[in-house]
Amino acid sequence: MTFAESTRIVTARLHNERSWTISSYLAAGGYQGLRRALTMTPKEIHDQVNTANILGRGGAGFEAGRKWGMLRQAQPVYLTINGDESEPATFKDHALIEGDPHQLIEGAVIAAYVIGAAQVFIFVRGEFPLAIERLQAALNEAYDYGAVGANIFASSFSVDVVVHPGAGAYICGEETALLESLEGKRGYPRIKPPFFPAVMGLYGAPTIVNNVETVSNLPWVVLNGGDNFAALGEGRSKGTKLLALAGHVKQPGNYELEWAKVTFRDLIFDPALGGGIRDDNELKAIIPGGVSSPWIGPEHLDVSLSNEAIAGIGSMAGSGSVIPMDHTTCMVRAAWRIVRFFHRESCGQCTPCREGGGWLEKILERIEMGQGRESDLDLLMDVCDNISPGVSWPPAQTTICVLGPSMPPSIASGLSRFRDEYLAHIREGRCPFPPDRLPRRLARV
Amino acid sequence: MARLNPDNLAHAEELIALYPERRSALIPILHVLQEQDGYLSEDGMAHVAELVGIKPVEVRGTASFYDMFHFEPVGRYLVAVCTNIACMLQGAYRLLEHAEETLGVAPGGTTADGMFTLEDAECLALCGNAPCVTVNWRFFGDLDPQDFDRLVEDLRFGRLDGEVPAHGTLSRVRRRHSLKAAGSTGSASDQAALPNESQPGSDASEGPAPDLPAPGTHLDLSTRRSTTATAVVDAKHLENPK
Repeated sequence: MTFAESTRIVTARLHNERSWTISSYLAAGGYQGLRRALTMTPKEIHDQVNTANILGRGGAGFEAGRKWGMLRQAQPVYLTINGDESEPATFKDHALIEGDPHQLIEGAVIAAYVIGAAQVFIFVRGEFPLAIERLQAALNEAYDYGAVGANIFASSFSVDVVVHPGAGAYICGEETALLESLEGKRGYPRIKPPFFPAVMGLYGAPTIVNNVETVSNLPWVVLNGGDNFAALGEGRSKGTKLLALAGHVKQPGNYELEWAKVTFRDLIFDPALGGGIRDDNELKAIIPGGVSSPWIGPEHLDVSLSNEAIAGIGSMAGSGSVIPMDHTTCMVRAAWRIVRFFHRESCGQCTPCREGGGWLEKILERIEMGQGRESDLDLLMDVCDNISPGVSWPPAQTTICVLGPSMPPSIASGLSRFRDEYLAHIREGRCPFPPDRLPRRLARV
Repeated sequence: MARLNPDNLAHAEELIALYPERRSALIPILHVLQEQDGYLSEDGMAHVAELVGIKPVEVRGTASFYDMFHFEPVGRYLVAVCTNIACMLQGAYRLLEHAEETLGVAPGGTTADGMFTLEDAECLALCGNAPCVTVNWRFFGDLDPQDFDRLVEDLRFGRLDGEVPAHGTLSRVRRRHSLKAAGSTGSASDQAALPNESQPGSDASEGPAPDLPAPGTHLDLSTRRSTTATAVVDAKHLENPK
């Protein structure tokens, strides 16, 4: 079987004409999963989801069924869908909301039925107005159709869904920050414990926070059964995964593939997928799971893109974003841009993240500008150690959330692989790569 | 430039009715205020504070956390060039420098005619079409400098008015239903907006989307340039502006 023939679950309808409308969705079998679900008990569906072993698709990879099972028994219960996709080079949820908003609504209503939610909030990143418009239009249609609201499809189940726009803050993807934001506050992650919103979430009530891709799988799981979902993939990584491929490949894009059956080499080089490195350049490094993950190298091309396999080489699958970088890429510049992002997006509550991020950004900036010192390499690691003691993987944490500890991996893995490149910047007093006019840019930042 | 006008006040009350606690409607209402004035004025924020039952300083304290809110006027078009890693690898900094030269402003600056404000943005989640730009958060991908100049010209002459509403407009689609579950009394919004928008299965009208939909019309949410809703397996995922 070629990759082009791989089973598609969440992206099966994305190519249909006006795929975001209810007429298109119904013509493709839409809302049959919800109809079936309402003939089952919540427990029966929960069992199917446990059998399917759906790992959360937001990055942490926590089993959705297990998360639902942790719900504190109290009323009311809220369901919140996390559509605040902001991790650099991750663009899968964006595509799912814009392209198939009814699938998201259907999945959300099924999840709400299982957990007995009083209300669903779909938190969509504010920078996605087209997604918000299409989702709101779809929700209006779904209410008219009877798939949302009172007595859904003439059953006794009722639930309301509200589309809630964010306003621009990466940290609101962290679930407790998301809930703060949904309460109309600054998006400050909450101090743990309690670790799980399932215990104490929105307005202090038990709350489930699920990712867009996670719940988008539910209609298929209900219709086809958890065992058929679990027959796809391998190990803990069941079903399909929507992989967001960006960076130096010929054919970047979102690819839904059977999970754990694809290696980095397949994804990057297969003609039906990435199609190879641009200009047939040499592959230098890969960021395997979002910019929080440690970089890996060409020697890892034959590693499978599963949670377990990537963890086995000291990195993580994260949100499913893969960024190959070719031999023309300056590794100092890449690390600088990633750290600059985290520094900009630090909420400022914890000193190691707020201050450390600024230090790291400035040190990397001066190395890139040709003004670094050899002692800067130790200084970088020292600051990393203050943010995440031991600079190990998985990272230790001195902060409320994992944003701070997401900074050191790019630096530590970059330094261990490309120390000579850092030193060349320092000894030659300039960046050895084509300028890309970055120095002038940096001088003004 | 002051308080919410009567229509937006009614809209704000509808939003408040959607949440168990009034304050949850704060950010959605601030988007409405920004759509009205282009930015968040002191008077406007004070009005919103009254509506959700908190102090004006709490409104500002919350709003200032979020990148999308502006506290002084910006251009009609907010042009955000992504320079994060995926776009950087595809030459985003060259594109940003070109944008600076074309518009004659640095990031954060607004052109003298008030048409354009330039921003150096973080990842906009259109990484399959890097480098990318948003205009009032509507997406344009795979841009080279010539594409960028063409985009600016199209905006300047109003050729993209259907796709790119004025700055601050988050959603041209309004919710048509109050809360219905659990015996909620809901708000008046059931009667308020767009009673005749498309019924299930009906064919929506084609043609360019207006800035704001007139009651009874269906907003065409297809777009020529700015879709990310594709890009699966075959990577021919954008109707390229080229």
